[in-house]
Amino acid sequence: MAKAKLMDYDKALELFEPVLGFEVHVELSTKTKMFSAAPNNFGSEPNTNITPTCLGLPGSLPVVNEEAVRYSISLGLALDCEIAESSSFARKNYFYPDLAKNYQISQFDEPIAINGNVEVELPNGRVFQIDIERAHMEEDAGKLTHVGGSTGRIQGAEYSLVDYNRAGVPLVEIVTRMIEGAEHDAPELAKAYVATIRDIVLALGISDAKMERGNLRCDANVSLRPRGSDKLGTRTETKNVNSLRSVERAVRYEIQRQAQILADGGTIIQETRHWHEDTGATSAGRPKSDADDYRYFPEPDLLPVVPDPALIEELRAALPEKPAERRRRLKADWGFTDLEFQDVVNSGLLNEITETVAAGATPQAARKWWTGEIARLANAAEGDAGIDITPAQVAELQQLVDEGTLTDRLARQVLEAVAAGEGSPREIVEAKGLAVVSDDGALIAAIDEALSAQPDVLEKIKDGKVQAAGAVIGAVMKAMQGKADAARVRELVLERAAAL
Amino acid sequence: MSDLIHKTAAQLAEMLAAGTTTSVEITQAHLDRIAAVDGDLNAFLHVNAAVSLDAAKASDARRAAGAPLSPLDGVPIAIKDVLVTTDMPSTSGSKILEGWMSPYDATVVTKVREAGLVPLGKTNMDEFAMGSSTEHSAYGPTRNPWDLDRIPGGSGGGSAAAVAAFEAPLALGSDTGGSIRQPAHITGTVGVKPTYGGVSRYGAIALASSFDQIGPVTRTVMDSALLHDVIKGHDVHDSTSLKDEWPSFAEAAKNANVKGLKIGVIEQLDGEGFQPGVLARFHESLELLKANGAEIVNVSLPSLEHAVAAYYLILPAEASSNLAKFDSVRFGLRVQPEGGGTVEQVMSATREAGFGAEVKRRIILGTYALSAGYYDAYYGSAQKVRTLVQRDFADAFSKVDVLASPTAPTTAWKLGEQLDDPVAMWRGDIATIPANMAGIPGISVPAGLADEDGLPVGIQFLAPAREDARLYNVGAALETLLEQKWGHTLLSQAPELKGGAL
Repeated sequence: MAKAKLMDYDKALELFEPVLGFEVHVELSTKTKMFSAAPNNFGSEPNTNITPTCLGLPGSLPVVNEEAVRYSISLGLALDCEIAESSSFARKNYFYPDLAKNYQISQFDEPIAINGNVEVELPNGRVFQIDIERAHMEEDAGKLTHVGGSTGRIQGAEYSLVDYNRAGVPLVEIVTRMIEGAEHDAPELAKAYVATIRDIVLALGISDAKMERGNLRCDANVSLRPRGSDKLGTRTETKNVNSLRSVERAVRYEIQRQAQILADGGTIIQETRHWHEDTGATSAGRPKSDADDYRYFPEPDLLPVVPDPALIEELRAALPEKPAERRRRLKADWGFTDLEFQDVVNSGLLNEITETVAAGATPQAARKWWTGEIARLANAAEGDAGIDITPAQVAELQQLVDEGTLTDRLARQVLEAVAAGEGSPREIVEAKGLAVVSDDGALIAAIDEALSAQPDVLEKIKDGKVQAAGAVIGAVMKAMQGKADAARVRELVLERAAAL
Repeated sequence: MSDLIHKTAAQLAEMLAAGTTTSVEITQAHLDRIAAVDGDLNAFLHVNAAVSLDAAKASDARRAAGAPLSPLDGVPIAIKDVLVTTDMPSTSGSKILEGWMSPYDATVVTKVREAGLVPLGKTNMDEFAMGSSTEHSAYGPTRNPWDLDRIPGGSGGGSAAAVAAFEAPLALGSDTGGSIRQPAHITGTVGVKPTYGGVSRYGAIALASSFDQIGPVTRTVMDSALLHDVIKGHDVHDSTSLKDEWPSFAEAAKNANVKGLKIGVIEQLDGEGFQPGVLARFHESLELLKANGAEIVNVSLPSLEHAVAAYYLILPAEASSNLAKFDSVRFGLRVQPEGGGTVEQVMSATREAGFGAEVKRRIILGTYALSAGYYDAYYGSAQKVRTLVQRDFADAFSKVDVLASPTAPTTAWKLGEQLDDPVAMWRGDIATIPANMAGIPGISVPAGLADEDGLPVGIQFLAPAREDARLYNVGAALETLLEQKWGHTLLSQAPELKGGAL
């Protein structure tokens, strides 16, 4: 498809203020589905995780999954929302072959959580408060596979296959209020917001949160307001954004695309747009109007959800630390500079360093290993196989350095072996005999040999030209195959030279 | 013709317990009766003698081993086609589900199987339970055993006719606005709509989810109580089913006594618009109850004026959504338009061919009532009326134990007589609809024959939610008093069915 004409980003920001809004769908990792006892598993054979209710068979009825309600309350609390004393389900009526009943059971006018906010930190350190309008429970639809077309889309397909395994998987939809003031940071804010939601649901343990699997899906609303105007522009809603990077790119793209259209005197059509990862562009979907008539009405098959206040308090007490609070605490605890800490956050290494410190390493040592040598090894690793080094192994490695068993150079050698899966650092040191030789006797023998082989150097040392010792140290290290502490060797060289 | 078919379920249970008959004999007698008369009646949409007899044999084997599953083990039962069954097609009276086999049993079907009852077949009904005459069945009308030119009531005309014609001692029905009680009134049988949530709806093909309730269709109050005892109770598959511990309804029927019972006569359902013969039998029954110690008072439920109008907005609204699943994608009929078509075109052609006129009428009405801009005026207002009806009942039950009314305004009308005037047929539901709007239980008990046409008349009792036992008390008491007075059962006065073999 032809890429739309895009305005330069900086110029777009000169002319317009971007206004954002997000709807993030989180698939909950409950054992069973939202309204049926069918397993909630990803990757099963098509149409195996189904019950009469998932298929909307005549006579079937929904029953609310209490685990999904608990997960939703926890998420609402983590987003600083009020939890509704009573919330209810409604039917959203529309036809689509992936929607077995031809209505979706969703929360409409009485969602389970309202009026929250979440703190989002950008890579440049800017902290942004995003207001949450609501978080509500609903069921996912099945999955359509269009066969026979060139694009995998419905246009041009010969037929379509439906997999109802996903039909009825529990979802929470988190809806933000309108976000103004992001300015230049709008794309980064979009990415950081979704990343924060991901971190929250992962910390809560309520979703696998894998965007590539659709566990976490973001619809990004973008509109532009001309500078100096107080009138909001027409918004588009971009769907099919399957990675954090895409969220950022899609928002940037929409800002540039809309800016160009507006600057050319065109109008923005209120519509759904689809993000295409391959072309890095969005394309028009169906026109969306506020008058879409879903004929919502209260779901008569379900009773209102009225959580026990004691349950809410129990879930509140069990909430993990919020990502922003945790970052503030860790930065203070570790004593990192702003730059060091930002580097760790941007590399996504908070958990690794936390665990390495817990295993006994100092924060600075942990940081150096993870952002330095391990990052280098990971980058060098073929494909996306990655490398497998645990925080405990890193702490053990650092301990070997601290106790003098390994030099920095030897430690890097051991780390490579750990990454290659050859064992723990201690195992590798023993197996390869990589420990520093700390027996002075062996060192002195080697030093005496080197000094006698280089009598001129010995004379220079004796004359006080201490820097000449380097040649001897080099020879000794070579003889010891590098397994000696160079500083100790230097001390001993000077001692022996004086004695001879 | 074996006399076994004239026994009540309670009597059959006793005979089975005493070893004087077998389930196979009983089942065969009923299958013979169906074969002899159902050609005229068309009460059954599906009968499979071999399957029924296998179930009967299994029951006899259990009894021989001294391990019957329940007192009703081995007693046959007819099942309204609105309930899904794994061994018989389930069509809800619609072409769109012709031949459809459900992969699961409705919970009530599971319960009757687990109690050892022997399913005889699936009974005819108005398509998707929309109707009061069974004329809206896609498989032809059921005829009234009292007069084959007349309707058997609806939507459960098949279950009522089957029981009235001695084709089955027991049947299951569903009551959304009177579909159990009105056919009982029309055919001289007993029908009970339990408290909403008293019996699981799982596996009942939904008409209007907030009104639908499954219940017994029988010839005696005791038989309804026995069947209600089998099907009652919480179901994990139905969130709206109540978790209450229910008393024994059979005990309530057995210990019937109306002394000191306060009965409220609903003023709005006593007079204008009701056939004289219906009112005469109604007041006769009240006099009889009064003579035996009940206190009769008048009560007013002013909101009933708007009940029919409100009901016929809420019902189509829910039905339009419930029936959206019949789209040809996953099950049931699929009609390909000539030259193929998009999924929307196939769906449209399928619905055009698969749904009858009354179903289309209600889907369109309901879709309209829920549409943006109309929702508040129609669906919203109707729900307010519903709240008023509930309040009126709460007020009334603060003064009386049960309420009474004729079950329906008229006796059975002639086939075809009301087909051109759907609203007239809807108005006939005036006495039964209020119980569904309030979620309260109701029973229809035979009260005699109307003087002007000699056709059966029923009296309806209503009780507060969860107080179904009161209905069995007053119903059984009246049944006994009336039969003592008459010296026979009402159904013994029905004409002999001749010919009409399948």
